[in-house]
Amino acid sequence: MSTTAPASARRRVPLRWVGAGAIALLVVAPVLALAFAAAGGSEGLWSHLMQHVLPVAVRDTLILLLGVGLLSTAIGTGAAWLVAAYDFPARRIFDWALLLPLAVPTYIIAYAYLDVLHPVGPVQSALRALLGYESPRDFRLPDVRSMLGCIVLLGFVLYPYVYLAARALFRMQAANFIEAARTLGVTRGQVFFRVALPLARPAVAMGASLVLLETLNDIGASEFLGVRTLTVSVYTTWVTRSDLAGAAQIALAMLAIVVALLLLERWARRQRRYANESRHLRPLAQYRLRGLKAAVASIACGIPVFVGFAVPASYLIVEAIERAQFAGISQQLISEVFNTVTLSAIATVLTVLCALMVAYAARIARRRMDALTRVASLGYAIPGAVLATGILPIVTGLDAAIDSTAQHLFSKSTGLLLLGTGAAVVYAYVVRFLAVSAGSLEAGYARISQSLDGAARTLGATPTAVFWRVHLPLLRPALIAGALLVFVDCVKELPATLLLRPLGFETLSTHLYGEAARGTYEDASIAALLIVAVGLIPVMILLRLSDGPQRTATFSATPAESTR
Amino acid sequence: MKARFLSALLTAAVIVSGVPSALAAEQTISLYTTREPGLIEPLLTAFTKETGIAVKTMFVKDGLAERVAAEGERSPADVLMTVDFGNLIDLVEKGLTQPVKSSVLESAIPANLRDPNGHWYTLSMRARVLYAEKNLDLDKFQYEQLADPRWKGKVCIRSGQHPYNTALIGAYIVHHGEAATEKWLRGVKANLGRKATGGDRDVARDIMGGICDIGIGNSYYVGLMRSGKGGAEQKKWGEAIKVILPTFEGGGTQVNVSGAAVARHAPNKEGAVKLLEFLVSDAAQKLYAEANFEYPVKPGAPIHPLIAELGTLKVDSIPLTDIARARKTASQLVDKTGFDQ
Repeated sequence: MSTTAPASARRRVPLRWVGAGAIALLVVAPVLALAFAAAGGSEGLWSHLMQHVLPVAVRDTLILLLGVGLLSTAIGTGAAWLVAAYDFPARRIFDWALLLPLAVPTYIIAYAYLDVLHPVGPVQSALRALLGYESPRDFRLPDVRSMLGCIVLLGFVLYPYVYLAARALFRMQAANFIEAARTLGVTRGQVFFRVALPLARPAVAMGASLVLLETLNDIGASEFLGVRTLTVSVYTTWVTRSDLAGAAQIALAMLAIVVALLLLERWARRQRRYANESRHLRPLAQYRLRGLKAAVASIACGIPVFVGFAVPASYLIVEAIERAQFAGISQQLISEVFNTVTLSAIATVLTVLCALMVAYAARIARRRMDALTRVASLGYAIPGAVLATGILPIVTGLDAAIDSTAQHLFSKSTGLLLLGTGAAVVYAYVVRFLAVSAGSLEAGYARISQSLDGAARTLGATPTAVFWRVHLPLLRPALIAGALLVFVDCVKELPATLLLRPLGFETLSTHLYGEAARGTYEDASIAALLIVAVGLIPVMILLRLSDGPQRTATFSATPAESTR
Repeated sequence: MKARFLSALLTAAVIVSGVPSALAAEQTISLYTTREPGLIEPLLTAFTKETGIAVKTMFVKDGLAERVAAEGERSPADVLMTVDFGNLIDLVEKGLTQPVKSSVLESAIPANLRDPNGHWYTLSMRARVLYAEKNLDLDKFQYEQLADPRWKGKVCIRSGQHPYNTALIGAYIVHHGEAATEKWLRGVKANLGRKATGGDRDVARDIMGGICDIGIGNSYYVGLMRSGKGGAEQKKWGEAIKVILPTFEGGGTQVNVSGAAVARHAPNKEGAVKLLEFLVSDAAQKLYAEANFEYPVKPGAPIHPLIAELGTLKVDSIPLTDIARARKTASQLVDKTGFDQ
């Protein structure tokens, strides 16, 4: 049961509603601007799109989503289970290593593999040498530039979203259910399918929906691998036909698909209550594997790390060293690192604050706030470039208003204040990545039983005190996880940054893009390596901190149990 | 408390990003370009050395016109530069440029390569040429032959929607009409050895890798690859192909241009014109040829030997404005034939 505010508080509109409402408005504004842009489109273009572009784009997008969703869920859940429930050689390494692909952007993995698996690349050259063939014309593997190649590559680089969520759940929440099941005679093998998997459904659903949204938004990998998704269609409609209206129309159609996806996920989660009411939460006891089974487990965990991180990272390192020796390191690289980190850090803080407001409002008045939360998360569904085009008129409009007011009051022109300082980019990041942090917080809140709120209130705490003293400490892992995911996403973001950044302002991703536009991704390998390196730091910290809940007494009324 | 924290953050953001631009107060001009930064740097460095005017460059992948239009009167852009003719005309048609009269520009650039009203000027040209496997028995080629069934499974090309290709297809439409172009596109699609994606240099690499035997790419990449400027790997690609300057039936080789215009609300119009005049000077045109392996627009300017050895360029006579007008149809045909799928 949700707590009800005392009568006096109900007369004023609570701050959290105003806050959440304002945030939802900020997110909706670019969509509205897009809707206006779409409405201005021509009839002829729309019917052309409907006939020739959309059917194939929708079909390809849905196939891609299905494939990547299934693959990443399988890898993420399977790996999380192995690492949580069993002990085998190198398990501790795989525990954190399985998160590494998070640091690799989709556009980098596509090119890395294209280079590595190309007929004249290292793998096929070695294969030919082994098999005794001289020329690629005698023997060639199938091209990676296909739907299957795209599904595999995206699946192996996006699975960490599912892995993270499932791992947290298996580690901390599953022990009681699993042990109960074992006493009732369920075998170790069956436990995964009959207990662990159903239990993990909400976490996996959240992770999978992030994977699907990320896939929908990707343009680098799918464009380069020749898969014409809706996002690619939006881009080309906008760029080659200079028709923003057409692009906006396709974008709005994409939004419809995303809303459908989100509703589906909601519905799938609705059936059960997942807050773990148990008072004796403790980590799962791990079963030690031996012999062949241990080897299989190690290999099974090793493959995602190898494919999703080791191969692209080593490719980048080799290319970067070669490039540095050949052409030296660009002077601007240091300032680009500074720019990237500053922008991403500021955006992360703002995003987490906004997400906290939204998640809290949703927590208190769940049913009424559901719509608000959905709306606030919409930004993630919009492709970066299209979102940027929606934001551009808003920001320049604001700039114009500020400028004329300043001229009126102070007789000084402020020029392009917002656009010129990178505030527009931050705005885009916040709108885009609000869903990431909000999703993490939502899952975090789901783990905090409503009865805790009730207990605190009966003990005399005000709602504000409940928030600061009960929610926040318990939400810490979710807050940090969300913040780090947002930070990494900001560092990797490309299309919106390109369009909205101030004059002469370069980030690592725009530098990479600038060189990659020439068709020589190797030149950008140093910038790419830096993006991956910067992306690694939060991943590392995230892992350190996610061990935290094990050490503190959280839900238990019994004394804290320190583990391992 | 939260509010103060937030406002402190925002102020910090403003300061951090605002300071560098506040410091750059002397003569500067702002260049918005879709030109890859690495290619334009040497020219701008030479310009600053000669005139003392600093150039701030903003590289925009897409949406240059949208950005400038949204910035409106407050836009700091002085010069707008593009690498594709269609984009250049877009800027003019959206009313984002202003006419410029300059005798230097008028004498350096042939009349059919600049706007009679002075809104846009060509700075350099690039031809769309055929890369072929080096041992193929081929020394002439016509664009129409790309659809010939003898090349089934042997053709590599980048995305049909890419501006370089829509320009080529647009030129085809002007030569042969829409119906014939659709037939041609379906024929080329049937001949593709792999998906129409990637860049022009990938065509050379794929030819070397045996994925295809012929493909279409820009002329300057040949120079970039063969000179070794792109690295040892790319040099191998450049040497694995031979290059033929194809023509249209009864026409010449299709060229695209890189060009520039002065922005409508340019704060420093004089500096902008100076930059344009510098870019058509002998020194700059030489740099275009040497550093970028392009065909200079100034008649008589020297061409890089690696490009000159490809043969004499016979420029197709179709006016660029006609091609620009056919672009939208070209793009629609690419969709209709499913070329990129």
